[in-house]
Amino acid sequence: MARISLKDVRKSYGATEVIHGVSIDVDDGEFVVIVGPSGCGKSTLLRMVAGLEVITKGTISIDGRVVNDLEPRARDIAMVFQNYALYPHMSVRENMAYGLKISGMAKPEIAARVARAAKMLELAPYLDRKPRALSGGQRQRVAMGRALVRDPAAFLLDEPLSNLDAKLRVQMRLQIKQLQRSVGTTSLYVTHDQVEAMTLADRLIVMNAGRAEQIDTPMAIYERPASTFVAGFIGSPAMNLVPVTVAEGGVVLPGGTVLALPGLALPAVGSALRFGVRPEHLQAQSPDSGAPEAQASESGMPEAPALTLEVFAVETLGADAYAHCLFPGGSDHPDEGFVVRLPGNTAARQGDRIRVSLDLSALHLFDDTSGRRIGEAV
Amino acid sequence: MADGAMIGTSLRSRLMGHFLLVLGVIVVVFPIYYVFVASTHTVQTILRPPLPLLPGPEGPANYAEAIFGGVGRIGGVGVGRLLWNTTVVALGIAVGKIIISMASAYAIVFFRFPLRMACFWLIFITLMLPVEVRILPTYKVMVELHLIDTYAGLILPLIASATATLLFRQFFMTIPNELLEAARVDGAGPWRFFRDILLPLSLTNIAALFVILFIYGWTQYLWPLLITNSNSMNTIVIALRKMISFADADTPWNLVMVTSILAILPPILVVVLMQRWFVKGLVETEK
Repeated sequence: MARISLKDVRKSYGATEVIHGVSIDVDDGEFVVIVGPSGCGKSTLLRMVAGLEVITKGTISIDGRVVNDLEPRARDIAMVFQNYALYPHMSVRENMAYGLKISGMAKPEIAARVARAAKMLELAPYLDRKPRALSGGQRQRVAMGRALVRDPAAFLLDEPLSNLDAKLRVQMRLQIKQLQRSVGTTSLYVTHDQVEAMTLADRLIVMNAGRAEQIDTPMAIYERPASTFVAGFIGSPAMNLVPVTVAEGGVVLPGGTVLALPGLALPAVGSALRFGVRPEHLQAQSPDSGAPEAQASESGMPEAPALTLEVFAVETLGADAYAHCLFPGGSDHPDEGFVVRLPGNTAARQGDRIRVSLDLSALHLFDDTSGRRIGEAV
Repeated sequence: MADGAMIGTSLRSRLMGHFLLVLGVIVVVFPIYYVFVASTHTVQTILRPPLPLLPGPEGPANYAEAIFGGVGRIGGVGVGRLLWNTTVVALGIAVGKIIISMASAYAIVFFRFPLRMACFWLIFITLMLPVEVRILPTYKVMVELHLIDTYAGLILPLIASATATLLFRQFFMTIPNELLEAARVDGAGPWRFFRDILLPLSLTNIAALFVILFIYGWTQYLWPLLITNSNSMNTIVIALRKMISFADADTPWNLVMVTSILAILPPILVVVLMQRWFVKGLVETEK
């Protein structure tokens, strides 16, 4: 167990810099998830910690020791690869024992460790099988076991669940979380799946184009995303982010309606903003849109600002339904689409108009050009 | 008739098919059988046509004479000695080629060093020149190294193999990079990775290559003919050629036939014994 510390870590291939300075201190026993779209540099960052990629600039230290120039084996880490990278000619037992054997550990100790890991991962019946005789989930567990027996300072996991089917992925996600809790080993976990990231992480690093956009706990990132990128990436379905301009005491929505935002500190009138609100933070005032216009005009609630939207598609998922809406009088540009969560049994149909109110505390405003968060939601 | 028309489900077409197959087998096998029959008769019987179609009583005597007694036309050297020579040469060439080509392919695929691709192309372009082109300079080198009439002289010039290097390079390139990285994280250095992971994964390829190279070494003709002067260092193929005189009466045909049979047995044995591995290596890539 150990602390991992990254200080302004950079990576260049030739003249092209792909990681633009990432710094984080990972606490002892902490589970940190690096999440981002493909090509954002998250795997490269992990591989630099593992020692599989050269660090161009900055320092990485594990347990206070700078490891920049150490070989992977000298860093006291264990890694789980996306395609498991099990040795195909070795049995499950040999796969797990290989690293220990190289380190010159005594045979009884190796056997004891393998047996303990096999028990934890329910692999005991398969110890003498070759990897090709195992299912995907079992191979994944062998890869975990190979990391576990080493009892390393840190686990590095590179998209370990992405080759599994959806159901197994959920199951293994829970298992990995429990396993990490019980052994308490510092872990770095790379994924592109924001659900995995949210559920597993003590802290998240959201990466985009080689930069750490935000480093915080999952809930803090969900509640206060630092940029439009983070806002759109974390949370499912994605946050609505529509372009607006600031008006006196509110913002001008697509289609020209002015939405009053009382009590909110807004930038200068005329500035371009992104107006963000999550589909689950919208309250449909007339879920059964029998006569949406009439009802809306009657119930003018001054406290919660409300929007009128035109439904163009409804996706029913069972418990919930997602209404994909546009602003009346606005364009159908994808940027101006607006998703509202409705109850699963909603009667809203294509062409209906619905009126939704929003909670000011769940409102996010971002600068349109830089994409950075501005102001504090109340 | 729709499905079976091509293969033939009717009795007549099946009989026809088998007839053709049997005919094919006879065409291939009969000459070899006839060599065997000839090896069990005396020279006199062989030289007085027609040769009987069944094995004669002289078999054990002929084989004993050839193996232990020695053949007069090649200086009284026994076929046993020839078989030993040829086995050493064929094994030396096959094993040597595999070791050298694996080592060079390992270096080219898994290490980054200056002029790596230049090295690869240098090896590769040697494929473009037949051995015969360099045979005189090679002979001169061997003379100056005093390697005439030695096993080293027979083996060394034939041991480098661009083809095998290329084959191993292609196979090594199919090994997933993650496997190498997993081994690095597990603490395996280059030598351990080669021994513990690459070598076991290459076994089927090695077996297939071994069969091909063993037969290649066994049937070498031109180079052993040049490099050996002493009869006792001949390979079996060269000795066979030397036994045959222009005059029929001077040729111990019964012993020639015995030698022929003994010359083809070891390669057949290698193929049969390694067939399982051989086929596996050709069709299966175990990853």
